[in-house]
Amino acid sequence: MLENQTPLFRFLVQLGDDALIISQRLSEWCGHGPVLEQDIAITNITLDILGQARLWYQLACDHSTTFNKEDDLAYLRDARNMSNLLLTEQPNGDWGQTIMRQYLYDAFKKMYYTALEQSNHASISEIAHKCKVETTYHHKWSSEWVKRLSLGSDEGHHRMQNALNQLWRFHQELTMSSDVDIAISSEGIGILPSEIKETYEAQITQHLVACNLTIPADQHSVTGGRKGIHTEHLGYILAEMQYMQRVYPNLQW
Amino acid sequence: MKTDAEVLELLKEISDPEIPVLTIVDLGIVEKIKVEENKLYIGILPTYNGCPAMDLIRMMVYEKCYDAGFRDIEVAYLNSPHWTTDRISQQGMDAIQEYGIAAPDASTRIEQLINGESSILCPKCHSSNTKLISAFGSTACKALMQCNDCLEPFEYFKCNGIRQPES
Repeated sequence: MLENQTPLFRFLVQLGDDALIISQRLSEWCGHGPVLEQDIAITNITLDILGQARLWYQLACDHSTTFNKEDDLAYLRDARNMSNLLLTEQPNGDWGQTIMRQYLYDAFKKMYYTALEQSNHASISEIAHKCKVETTYHHKWSSEWVKRLSLGSDEGHHRMQNALNQLWRFHQELTMSSDVDIAISSEGIGILPSEIKETYEAQITQHLVACNLTIPADQHSVTGGRKGIHTEHLGYILAEMQYMQRVYPNLQW
Repeated sequence: MKTDAEVLELLKEISDPEIPVLTIVDLGIVEKIKVEENKLYIGILPTYNGCPAMDLIRMMVYEKCYDAGFRDIEVAYLNSPHWTTDRISQQGMDAIQEYGIAAPDASTRIEQLINGESSILCPKCHSSNTKLISAFGSTACKALMQCNDCLEPFEYFKCNGIRQPES
């Protein structure tokens, strides 16, 4: 389904998929946050990121003859045709694990969108700018929470270390360039995630170490999201998210 | 047939669904109005990417223009220029403050608020002895604050611009 599409379309869908899946995950917290203010914070972040997914999908549809609306991209593809990063589909776990996943994501996306603002494609540059501004705000929140939980009680520290150990194997994929990234960056439209690898690794390592966390020794990485090879979690996310459109095609609220 | 200026007057009757005292014109999101023969084009700037009020505003604009006699109406969201709180008119700023929400203040950045430094005025007692409760509020555009003097909790319309409010 996706492999027959142009690199530009697939590139935009990649960006939309990351945002859609992590926002779907975050939305599971709605009404379940540890305190009211943080329930509100996480649902605000969810909405921002869902809005970002919509912008990327809308732009993708402008460049496709197969897909003409954003909902088709969100609701009518199965796991093998989703190109989101594996990190974004990982379960929420406890509050600490959600915070750690969000921190690893925000730190990367903030750098990535900052670089993508230089795209020679006007619409991509404009959307990247809007996403950068919001992601910067989210990054302040998630990095602050990593600090607060890790340097707080022993229990908090223990849970944050567990979260880091659990998620570390998925973070390398963020700065790997997919075939689509490579095709699109040669035209000056996109940028290579691998180009920000060093800065990203240095920044998160510094913050995590300052939070008294130990960087996991095991550097084995799990990848495949960009090629549609996912962990078992994505199928469940899609089943819940797509249920209504699959059962009642073209249903409108 | 109406002119661009008359359409603008029409849009001044539409309020932001989340802050009803603020019109969408005072909010600064109406970027483009173009009347051509019987076709009407309106370009609107989204505030925050995922703001749920955006779809509602598009519908309200459409209905308002339809009721005014237009039949061929296009309401589009533009990604550029980027909306910031600098686009809110002075009248809009006053309306926000009057409503009980602290208006955007470019002299205090969010980092300062997070670090406990605030000069945001309490909309109730006007004390500057206030503190941030949470960087996120009931809508994407607001943060939660509290006054240390009168203890009133209040909302602050986050500033993402550079313009200082007029005193």
